[in-house]
Amino acid sequence: MESQAFQKVYTKLTNITKATVTLKADGVGYDEIATVAGKLAQVVKIAGEDITLQIFEGTEGIPTNAEVSFLGRPPQLTVGDELAGRFFNAFGDPIDGGPAIQGEVRDIGSPSVNPVRRKQPSNLIATGIAGIDLNNTLVSGQKIPFFADPDQPYNQVMALVALRAKADKIILGGMGLTNDDYLYFKNVFDNAGALDRIISFVNTTENPPVERLLVPDMALTAAEYFAVDKNESVLVLLTDMTLFADALSIVSNRMDQIPSKDSMPGSLYSDLARIYEKAVQFPEGGSITIIAVTTLSGGDITHAIPDNTGYITEGQLFLRRDTDIGKVIIDPFRSLSRLKQLVIGKQTREDHPQVMNTAIRLYADAANARTKLENGFDLTDYDERTLKFAKEYSDQILAIDVNVDTDTMLDITWELFGRHFKKAEVAIRENLVEKYWKN
Amino acid sequence: MEKENKTTGKVVGIVANLVMVEVDGPVAQNEICFISLGDEELMSEVIKVVGKIAYVQVFESTRGLKPGSKVEFRGHMLEVTLGPGILSRNYDGLQNDLDKMEGVFLKRGEYTDPLNREKKWEFKPIVKVGDEVQAGDWLGEVNENDQPHKIMVPFKMKGTYKIKEIVGEGEYTVDHKIAVVANGDGTETELTMVQKWPVKVAIRDFKEKPRPFKLLETGVRCMDTLNPITEGGTGFIPGPFGTGKTVLQHAISKQAEADIVIIAACGERANEVVEIFTEFPELEDPRTGKKLIERTIIIANTSNMPVAAREASVYTAMTIGEYYRAMGLKVLLMADSTSRWAQALREMSNRLEELPGPDAFPMDLSAVISNFYSRAGFVYLNNGKTGSITFIGTVSPAGGNLKEPVTESTRKAARCFYGLSQARADSKRYPAIDPIDSYSKYLEYPEVQENLTKNVGEFWLKDVNKTKDVLLRGKEVMEQINILGDDGVPIGFHETFWKAELIDFVILQQDAFDKIDASTPMKRQQYMLSKVLGVVDSSFSFNHFEDVSAFFKEVINEFKQMNYSEFESEKFKKHEKTLEELLKKQAN
Ligand SMILES: Nc1ncnc2c1ncn2[C@@H]1O[C@H](COP(=O)(O)OP(=O)(O)OP(=O)(O)O)[C@@H](O)[C@H]1O
Ligand SMILES: [Mg+2]
Repeated sequence: MESQAFQKVYTKLTNITKATVTLKADGVGYDEIATVAGKLAQVVKIAGEDITLQIFEGTEGIPTNAEVSFLGRPPQLTVGDELAGRFFNAFGDPIDGGPAIQGEVRDIGSPSVNPVRRKQPSNLIATGIAGIDLNNTLVSGQKIPFFADPDQPYNQVMALVALRAKADKIILGGMGLTNDDYLYFKNVFDNAGALDRIISFVNTTENPPVERLLVPDMALTAAEYFAVDKNESVLVLLTDMTLFADALSIVSNRMDQIPSKDSMPGSLYSDLARIYEKAVQFPEGGSITIIAVTTLSGGDITHAIPDNTGYITEGQLFLRRDTDIGKVIIDPFRSLSRLKQLVIGKQTREDHPQVMNTAIRLYADAANARTKLENGFDLTDYDERTLKFAKEYSDQILAIDVNVDTDTMLDITWELFGRHFKKAEVAIRENLVEKYWKN
Repeated sequence: MEKENKTTGKVVGIVANLVMVEVDGPVAQNEICFISLGDEELMSEVIKVVGKIAYVQVFESTRGLKPGSKVEFRGHMLEVTLGPGILSRNYDGLQNDLDKMEGVFLKRGEYTDPLNREKKWEFKPIVKVGDEVQAGDWLGEVNENDQPHKIMVPFKMKGTYKIKEIVGEGEYTVDHKIAVVANGDGTETELTMVQKWPVKVAIRDFKEKPRPFKLLETGVRCMDTLNPITEGGTGFIPGPFGTGKTVLQHAISKQAEADIVIIAACGERANEVVEIFTEFPELEDPRTGKKLIERTIIIANTSNMPVAAREASVYTAMTIGEYYRAMGLKVLLMADSTSRWAQALREMSNRLEELPGPDAFPMDLSAVISNFYSRAGFVYLNNGKTGSITFIGTVSPAGGNLKEPVTESTRKAARCFYGLSQARADSKRYPAIDPIDSYSKYLEYPEVQENLTKNVGEFWLKDVNKTKDVLLRGKEVMEQINILGDDGVPIGFHETFWKAELIDFVILQQDAFDKIDASTPMKRQQYMLSKVLGVVDSSFSFNHFEDVSAFFKEVINEFKQMNYSEFESEKFKKHEKTLEELLKKQAN
């Protein structure tokens, strides 16, 4: 680790817990980092002379006479164009065998953008996936997570979206990533010839969990460099934010804070919001878009982590396996992109909003019909038709392997309407029906 | 609380934004102090005192703060600056003018003036020399975005005063002396157009606060028609994430019949604030033809801004509301989301190691919320004129569970409940207000009933109650059909169900993003409701239950086309005619 001239070295810890150490020291600033027996630590509490430090790697093996030196600064990242194409650990040190970055040193976790200096997001991000482009259109400057069970292919879908999104830079923040998934990302980006636009900050399952807490801030500090200094469009991928939140709860628990719901710290909302709110569209053209993954346990979205996330992000994308067609789909009921109304019907065809809503309504009718069927009731003719519609809609629109442009998605949907329904059942604005109805 | 010698102190402890300060003199609860950090000054508020240690919450990040840092106490609580020029401003939670801040990122310790000190205002005196006045009385008036902005005797001035001097009509800056008043023993005070007031204290300079009695039109049908809110009323909108709280609040703030709209973005998304200041300068207030932004004030403490300032933001908004109410104006105040404010309280309470209440919220949460809601209301000012603050807050219940402490506490304080239902949102039945669980206590007020009968229609209340009954019956029948099957119930059941669906689709559901459908004036609401009830009251003949849904879908379609058309336009009438024919064909 780095060392500074004339810095004072302390060698007397008064207290050691699983994640923290306490010692007497003076002239120490809040949030400042230090090294304790060579391990990186950060000041989390100052009570008079007593300084409590959180040790990112954990305190295993730290003796009471460990050497402690304070670095007089918060955690930092060296930024520059050379970041592109490189792989780093949670501390921002290269892990790809390449040289250290030369450039400007910046504090991570910097202040927020003044809201009046933001621009309203308005650039549509096309992914070709109809479950996204048609029903949950993404916009640059948006923040949105995938809500997925651990066994679903969320990292694959995320990599797909990232590559199709046409961003200038893609920044991967991996938290508790398995080594296999890490290599997967590396491969996919490499095969797509995109490695020179990718920057990765990775904490794998082999690294200590508390280190993860630094990953989003590292990734976003790099993102701000490219979006603000270089006016680039930057896509930040954060996976898996559930593991990030778990690390937060480990720390707060070891610091004896009163937990709120699901043993999460009471500040979970603010802690997550601080990260997600870095998504922004700048007037000069640069933008930061955040696509994250929040894994669920047993699909439970009322758990504090997905719940708080949902209140912060601009929608969420649900993956679900549709057994009818044997494919993974973007679930139209619980998925939502809050920013879609800024672009649909404006940058896409005029019929987009109504077609989207109507199709989902009819898909909901099919779900009701299915319930009837399961309860052993006869189906009406309308029920039968909704079921047929739903299956085709799922296969041709919702499945994640669909890759067409938005006009085609709309045309396909009109075709399904015409095949299964009467105009009155569809109940779309008259002028649109006249223009687009297909028999 | 003004003191001669300022108390000072030094930092002795830091945990996140809670700082312990050893003080050398008296300090007051909620007193403001500034902590020096290099050349930055961090604004903070005293929240607890134990012996010589003051616990202060810092409205900024404490990164890099060291023990021993100097602290200076200011001798007053958190205050807002009140005067002409507040309208159309974008403030942070502490009333700093965000537009005056330099750079893309917020700088720690940068505080900006809420008012424009150079601008000259066209002042017209209201009082004359010799008049007796007291706090809140109108001295004169300036034109602020076409609102009669009253310059008042500062609320802090207790007792009666005599006007010694008052300037004549003319153009003055806000700091210009506009009057001199003298109290009983002849002590004179110079007054300008500016005054200050501590945000946590209610402004009470009015004669009387009666029960609200007048409908506040919002253009949102399932509010105005089913569960109306009143001028000076209170309401809250709880709902799981993504069910439409913010869209509903934005719709209300665009359409409601208010003179002044204050939007407090409390711990929510910055992009939602951006939406307001991108769209409101373009949108017109249909009543005045002026741009919406001209009547709007934004208080933005977005979720990434300092947590302690979040709590302050709702109080800042309320105090500015009270200031405009004292001018005899109709103020509409919206806070999104009050749960974030409660969470800010929880974070501090936990850091203070207070004994926690349910879900680790502070024990006095309920009292804090009630106290805040009680500042809204309709008032008769001392000069007999009226003013109001209508307050609508959103609540973001953890896990969507309405039994959590913030929702329960708010339920005790607010008179209207607009509960958003996940199921309705999932099936895109927007606005997702649950028609059965939601209520407006105002509908039970005789004075409100009288007002509605007089202004909307003689049979209005009867119609509203009938609408609610049909909806309830529809729900009951649907449960029956689900149990017994479509053909296990009489055809009449299907008819009842579809009559409720008709009300749902035509009256309750409303597209907030459609130019015409978004806002429905009361007259149109009344027309449409009586038309829909006309169908509900008719009896039809059907051979088979499938014919029922087919018929009602066609009826709904025509009604929806009417909703999408300009009221009483050619197109509207065309669909109305088709509808009549449809009904005639199926009539018994
Ligand atoms: N009246 C409406 N008409 C059409 N769409 C709507 C309506 N209300 C809500 N929506 C849709 O629902 C989405 C979510 O709404 P909104 O942002 O208001 O939710 P919210 O309850 O405020 O969520 P959160 O608690 O996370 O802030 C909107 O982006 C929009 O797509
Ligand atoms: Mg919202």
